[in-house]
Amino acid sequence: MQRERLAFRRSRSRRSTAVALVSTLVFAAVAWFGVTSAPGWPRVRQSFFSLDAAVRALPAVLEGLWLNVRVLVVCEALILVLGVLIAALRTLRGPVWFPVRALATGYVDLFRGLPLIICLYLIGFGLPGLRLTGIPNDPVLLGGIALVLVYSAYVAEVFRAGIESVHPSQLAAARSLGLNHRRTMRIVVLPQAVRRVLPALLNDFVALQKDCGLISVLGAVDAVRAAQIASATSYNFTPYVLAGLLFVLLAVPSARLADWAARRLARRQGLA
Amino acid sequence: MTTNADVSTAASVLSVRNLVKRYAGQPVLSGIDLDVAEHEVVVLIGASGSGKSTLLRCVNLLEELDDGQVFLDGVDISDPRVDADVARRAMGVVFQAFNLFPHLSVVDNVTLAPRVVHGVSRELAEARALELLDRVGLANRARSYPDRLSGGQQQRVAIVRALAYDPRLLLFDEITSALDPELVGEVLALVRELAGQGRTILMATHEMGFARQVADRVCFLDGGVLVESGPPEQVLGDPVHERTRQFLRRIIDAGRL
Ligand SMILES: Nc1ncnc2c1ncn2[C@@H]1O[C@H](COP(=O)(O)OP(=O)(O)O)[C@@H](O)[C@H]1O
Ligand SMILES: [Mg+2]
Repeated sequence: MQRERLAFRRSRSRRSTAVALVSTLVFAAVAWFGVTSAPGWPRVRQSFFSLDAAVRALPAVLEGLWLNVRVLVVCEALILVLGVLIAALRTLRGPVWFPVRALATGYVDLFRGLPLIICLYLIGFGLPGLRLTGIPNDPVLLGGIALVLVYSAYVAEVFRAGIESVHPSQLAAARSLGLNHRRTMRIVVLPQAVRRVLPALLNDFVALQKDCGLISVLGAVDAVRAAQIASATSYNFTPYVLAGLLFVLLAVPSARLADWAARRLARRQGLA
Repeated sequence: MTTNADVSTAASVLSVRNLVKRYAGQPVLSGIDLDVAEHEVVVLIGASGSGKSTLLRCVNLLEELDDGQVFLDGVDISDPRVDADVARRAMGVVFQAFNLFPHLSVVDNVTLAPRVVHGVSRELAEARALELLDRVGLANRARSYPDRLSGGQQQRVAIVRALAYDPRLLLFDEITSALDPELVGEVLALVRELAGQGRTILMATHEMGFARQVADRVCFLDGGVLVESGPPEQVLGDPVHERTRQFLRRIIDAGRL
């Protein structure tokens, strides 16, 4: 009886795998046929999908991507720290903290509204234009600053939503134990908040991954800039496609991680 | 257990004097005077919204007072120059629900205040926590997380957590109200045991039978006013005030006394 059921279940799951495989193949074939039968396809293939051009551009684009990855890691670390800090400042209560709270709110409003590209120009070209001593003019550094400024505002809001989702009784319980505001935040509120907003944080991380490519507008030789240089010398757009593909590959693990975190959260909330 | 309600301020663990609390201009507590002597169990009763929770929160300085004073062992802790975080260390509080920190294990919940606030080493704090958990029959759940415990077990852990730093005064706010009926008994049994050990307790409850058995004194609150206070036989059996009688009649009609 039990064995029969198991066997039935297994055969059913084998069948659904087969169905999925066949439908995927059919879909891919239709898409492929649709694109390749277009009148302009031979030209497009030549200038966007040239294997030769891709191979020639690969080393430079990869080296550029390595710069993107380094910028990503450093920026993300700074963004998380700054985001938590701003979110925590916005939770301070009492009139003494009004200026701090107002400053944090103003920061979030400003940098969440400002398009990233404009922020990049303002920081990248405006700051060095002041000709103050000590102001850097390294495009990577300036681009990183702009990314951190804008993304910290987003991430601060994510953290704040998490902080506000913690039940007020948890705060009362922590305070009644004699914990001060700082310890209550650090030990009781933030750990619960972070768990809840992890999917949203990972989503912002994925978005930051590709926005790291925007530092190229300041002249930093990252993957996008390397692709631009390669395509300008070869009169071929393939290097862009190559860089795009590499960015997508880079984002896939993070996206899967975000999915997993979201599923886990949904499961835990279903339990509670 | 002392049953004497007439204790002077100096000997009281807790003295509340002319406590006034308003929300948006509306008085929620209007001049409460209340004393709790050492080893005394004082039970607050009153309809929902009468101000029991607010009174307990004010005593724990979780709310700012609009007027009046709160003395703990003769010290005015409502003085704005007093550090509320320090004053709270002498009180253990259990609320109706959401007491335990869900991301910490049972033993970490219990040892948090001793370690972080009172500077006790982890080894000592854990040894003491396990001893207390053992006494309430929960030592085997020390490494569990709160969501793996029943509501009754969670409240017992919350009580243990409040005991872990030996507070002078225990404040319980309807700690059985959110529980399934079959889980109420185990929590009340623990409170009864604490009363027997001579702990000083101020608690709000709807459990009139429990109040009658365990309380040294029952205080009836109505609309933010402390209407009547006295031994349970008197307040619950032969109340002086009409408002108390009405309240008790409603409770009896609801089959809860
Ligand atoms: N944070 C608050 N803001 C405004 N009103 C409140 C707040 N907390 C309590 N109240 C009001 O104060 C009154 C007393 O509430 P509470 O102390 O919770 O009563 P009880 O615990 O006896 O049911 C109620 O009318 C309630 O609506
Ligand atoms: Mg209440």
